[in-house]
Amino acid sequence: MGTTGLPAGITQGSRTKGGIGESTLRPDGTLKVTGEFAYSSDMWHEDMLWGQILRSPVAHAEIVSIDTAEALATPGVHAVLTYDDLPTEVRHYGLEIQDTPVLAHGRVRHHGEPVAVVAADHPETARRAAAKIRVEYRELPVVTDEASAVAPDAPVLHENRGDSHAPHVPHPNIVHRQPIVRGNVTEARRRADVIVEGEYTFGMQDQAFLGPESGLAVPAEDGGVDLYIATQWLHADLRQIAPVLGLPEDKVRMTLAGVGGAFGGREDLSMQIHACLLALRTGRPVKIVYNRFESFFGHVHRHPAKLYYEHGATSDGRLTHVKCRIVLDGGAYASSSPAVVGNAASLGIGPYVVDDVDIEAIALYTNNPPCGAMRGFGAVQACFAYEAQMDKLAARLGLDPVEFRQRNAMAQGAVMPTGQVVDSPAPVAELLRRVKARPMPPERQWETTEGVDVRQLPGGLSNTTHGEGVVRGVGYAVGIKNVGFSEGFDDYSTARVRMEVVGGEPVATVHTAMAEVGQGGVTVHAQIARTELGVTQVTIQPADTRVGSAGSTSASRQTYVTGGAVKHACELVRERVLEIGRRRFGPYHPAWATAELLLESGKVVTDGGEVLADLVDVLEDEAVEVEREWRHRPTEPFDLRTGQGFGHVQYSFAAHRAVVEVDTELGLVKVIELACAQDVGKALNPLSVVGQIQGGSTQGLGVAVMEEIVVDPVTAKVKNPSFTDYLIPTILDTPTIPVDVLELADTHAPYGLRGVGEAPTLSSTPAVLAAIRAATGLELNRTPVRPEHLTGAGPAGSSGG
Amino acid sequence: MRVRFTVNGRPQEADDVWEGESLLYVLRERLGLPGSKNACEQGECGSCTVRLDGVPVCSCLVAAGQAEGREVVTVEGLGEGGELAPVQQAFIDAGAVQCGFCTPGLLVAADDMLQRNPNPTDEDIREALSGNLCRCTGYEKIMDAVRLAAARQSEGV
Repeated sequence: MGTTGLPAGITQGSRTKGGIGESTLRPDGTLKVTGEFAYSSDMWHEDMLWGQILRSPVAHAEIVSIDTAEALATPGVHAVLTYDDLPTEVRHYGLEIQDTPVLAHGRVRHHGEPVAVVAADHPETARRAAAKIRVEYRELPVVTDEASAVAPDAPVLHENRGDSHAPHVPHPNIVHRQPIVRGNVTEARRRADVIVEGEYTFGMQDQAFLGPESGLAVPAEDGGVDLYIATQWLHADLRQIAPVLGLPEDKVRMTLAGVGGAFGGREDLSMQIHACLLALRTGRPVKIVYNRFESFFGHVHRHPAKLYYEHGATSDGRLTHVKCRIVLDGGAYASSSPAVVGNAASLGIGPYVVDDVDIEAIALYTNNPPCGAMRGFGAVQACFAYEAQMDKLAARLGLDPVEFRQRNAMAQGAVMPTGQVVDSPAPVAELLRRVKARPMPPERQWETTEGVDVRQLPGGLSNTTHGEGVVRGVGYAVGIKNVGFSEGFDDYSTARVRMEVVGGEPVATVHTAMAEVGQGGVTVHAQIARTELGVTQVTIQPADTRVGSAGSTSASRQTYVTGGAVKHACELVRERVLEIGRRRFGPYHPAWATAELLLESGKVVTDGGEVLADLVDVLEDEAVEVEREWRHRPTEPFDLRTGQGFGHVQYSFAAHRAVVEVDTELGLVKVIELACAQDVGKALNPLSVVGQIQGGSTQGLGVAVMEEIVVDPVTAKVKNPSFTDYLIPTILDTPTIPVDVLELADTHAPYGLRGVGEAPTLSSTPAVLAAIRAATGLELNRTPVRPEHLTGAGPAGSSGG
Repeated sequence: MRVRFTVNGRPQEADDVWEGESLLYVLRERLGLPGSKNACEQGECGSCTVRLDGVPVCSCLVAAGQAEGREVVTVEGLGEGGELAPVQQAFIDAGAVQCGFCTPGLLVAADDMLQRNPNPTDEDIREALSGNLCRCTGYEKIMDAVRLAAARQSEGV
């Protein structure tokens, strides 16, 4: 076990420019605005071939035969591979459960499952050759929801399961089940003056990162392969890739190529193994780049969910109990479904104090597209439902919805349904107060001196209304998200930090395998090094597998954990530098032995500010380098029966107020303003923090009013795999997003920081939904809301109970 | 086929171009200019925006042959003499770049708008950039960046 996250013994000074707390600019900013930044799809190699994947056109079928002869005979084609060509007996992969075939073996379980791969000298040649592969499918009945998954005659998606969850699930088509039981709901219900029930539906959201899945595999002379790839976690990829290739891990050398966004969609492998297989088979570099159509099939999505809730409260507005059941559709393969279940269950009642709870969350195996990680990870679906319930309860009690939430809000010291005590600030009531206190955006803002500006109205440039039929509504929501990997996972990061004199100046070099996916981790690492080592110049090495794992860029964890590792490594470097200084200069000044020493602005100074030496003179030609793993405090699994346990590292909280206008005649929604307040513990880079909050809020807005992968309920085929039919918010759909950042330190975390990225994605959706309900009086139990739900033309448009 | 056109002021030539290749593909894969991006390749996201004879277009929707003899400006050609264009600097300064995959297309579109409309209102900016998807930022910092570029541009006049 390495070091845990206790605050460091000495507080390094913050006088060095560009340290933590400043909005320093991205080190990759210039490359990104000039077009020089090399994303994974920009990779190019002389003599490279292009890979293409053939995918299943049906959701569930037996593969009767595959004939690759015609494809192989196509001029320009260098290889066609199917399951039978896989080089070892390891032919499946998976983050937790290795149930995903590298290429389909006798059966496909979802629309778009990879069946064969082709390498050719031109991408179009590869596409056409793939189309010439003749696959005979014998279609099987599909499993699409809970009822069809657990029916007595249901086809079992995965026979002979050997995973750790199999022994405790009630049906083999249930990936994992997590109950959480605390107190006595039956007794507590008797104290309730008001009980509300609700059934909610959360649609399937796509991460829709803009940089498509892509990469370049280059075969090496030693029989290994070099892979340049966009991913969220190099070492997790490596652990899954190497055994399939039959190579030791040190012969699969991975380097992070530029990543065009991730949001969870790059946690699972996509084309990594396929590119390596083709490169090793052909002896040529192979590049694979998905187009957008393929990208919709090439990564997991956010779990769609059905959520059933019962809340009770006393007439003075105190929650008595919550009973809920959350059914997540995990699709054909496990991906990270078990962890999503743990999150949905443990965060299932939100940031409220409730002593008596009965929670159950499950994830299903179905023939729908596989679902796994997306920003918010199980907490998003629950937040949509419990916040709708809170509004319903407030309305029944005749209380203001914010006041009702504040009465039940958790604070530091509160006990979670898992029994875990929240041992750092939990300013839930304060966040709500802040968003509520904000001045309202002006009414009828679309009226200008030059007439109506339709761009500010629902329908926008379609010019569908000049204000007729437009009503305004305001809604509030708050959420709770865990930070870091939970349930006993050994969640560590590695950092290598070097300090030396280069060109007459002390320079720090930081090397980690952290996947920079846009979040700004590279900016923060440089800031940490400046703060801890008192240098101006910091070099961030490219992320690769020559250094130890940095864990995943997910779960809002990188600034905490890899940031923590960089900080820790810097502290050790600093100690060694000071040892060198003491050795060289100690005899000449007593302060070397007696004072607390800091590194600031290239000098060794005492805590009183006296300069003892220049770092250049201390180091001379010596380089100090440290590589260390760093861990946050350990967590423990949830009890399988009661769900009790110290499961989470840290919690983060955000609240939103949404102001919307709805054209009630056409069912069009315009979000006017989406204000957010969030506690971030410590904003290491305020500009980046606000950017994360605004981006996360917008993804929540998207799934409130437009984003949904539509899967045909009869065929389980995806109906809208394009940006023409899967809509994400444009700049015209997105309102101003004022952000209020609180910094209440979590003393367990480096610098007191709290993971930022995910919390704003939670409460954004229910706040927008609440505002639409307030504007229309409709119940709206599903998200996203579609026009037909608002005009009464569709099934979810019915008003009232 | 052979395709000849001008890119960022320099004559360029690509041989063995398959007739179905897009301008985007030729720029990225044949001319070594991968700055224009391939986020959707179906004309929905704007990440491949270039100027074709001065007009912003999605280069993924332009057949390479259609560019024959014409002038193309990509993100690589926005700056001059090694200096960043004002809109490029503003995107860095305002924090408008996260993953950056939408950035080249947004820069070309924003640069084009600022030339036509040096003092845009917020709604003008939103309208001009409504064909460019960004998934990271929530667009607020992009608004800030374009406002900043406009302000710096007008101060410079």
